[in-house]
Amino acid sequence: MVVWNKLKITVHTAETENYLYKNSFDVEGGNFNNAGAVSTQVKSILKNIGLPNNVIRKAAIACYESEINIVSYARQGVINLIVTPKTVEFDIADEGPGIPDIELAMEQGYSTADRQIREMGFGAGMGLYNIKCSSDIFNLTSEVDKGTFLKIIINIP
Amino acid sequence: MNVETIIKELNLKVRSALDKLNNNVTGGYTGDLLSDVIANSHEGDIWITRQVHQNIVAVASLKEHAGIILTNSCEPTRETLEKANQEKIPVMISDLPAFELTGKIYNLLVK
Repeated sequence: MVVWNKLKITVHTAETENYLYKNSFDVEGGNFNNAGAVSTQVKSILKNIGLPNNVIRKAAIACYESEINIVSYARQGVINLIVTPKTVEFDIADEGPGIPDIELAMEQGYSTADRQIREMGFGAGMGLYNIKCSSDIFNLTSEVDKGTFLKIIINIP
Repeated sequence: MNVETIIKELNLKVRSALDKLNNNVTGGYTGDLLSDVIANSHEGDIWITRQVHQNIVAVASLKEHAGIILTNSCEPTRETLEKANQEKIPVMISDLPAFELTGKIYNLLVK
């Protein structure tokens, strides 16, 4: 739990102190019944703030894939959202098996998903790649058997 | 073109969100890999898929699709229909395979 608490800490920068919106969303590992609910909520929040459509589109993709990764692989996780006048930022932490080889995990088509996950149309090895493509800053760190931390920043033009 | 026109033209069965058949259809996307659909489909698309589980509703809702059409006469699960009614996403069924259905909808949309 020490690690979980450590991972849960949101990274603050000078920019994020001047935020328009900030919230934290819990995601339950293994529960596909609600998978995507946080992302739908986040998209609605970003729309209400009035961000450009392209920023909302990228944020929705990044948030959804991150949420599905927690549901698919971790025991629990949290998605922290911070919107500033210039950025949409996600700090995403989970408590789970971690990623032993991040470079390999980033390869398109590589996945450790089991059959059940694949049968639902997940686990195609596109998730992390999709997040990276949707982000201006993408920083993934992980500790095996402890958890994974992902920082995503999407610039608002 | 709206969802109702496609239902009539292609003789689809409707399983949810009967009050949303006037949704405007501006394009279409065919795919069963959810990451592919999330990354590449657009708002207003009609989504053609073979997946029947409830996570398709979350994807369609997030991407603001006009509706989902299941191919090869596949029926959605009970949970899928419950969620589709909550989220107001029309789920429809075609007896055609994805290739033929996609071609027919493409022709309707480019007319």
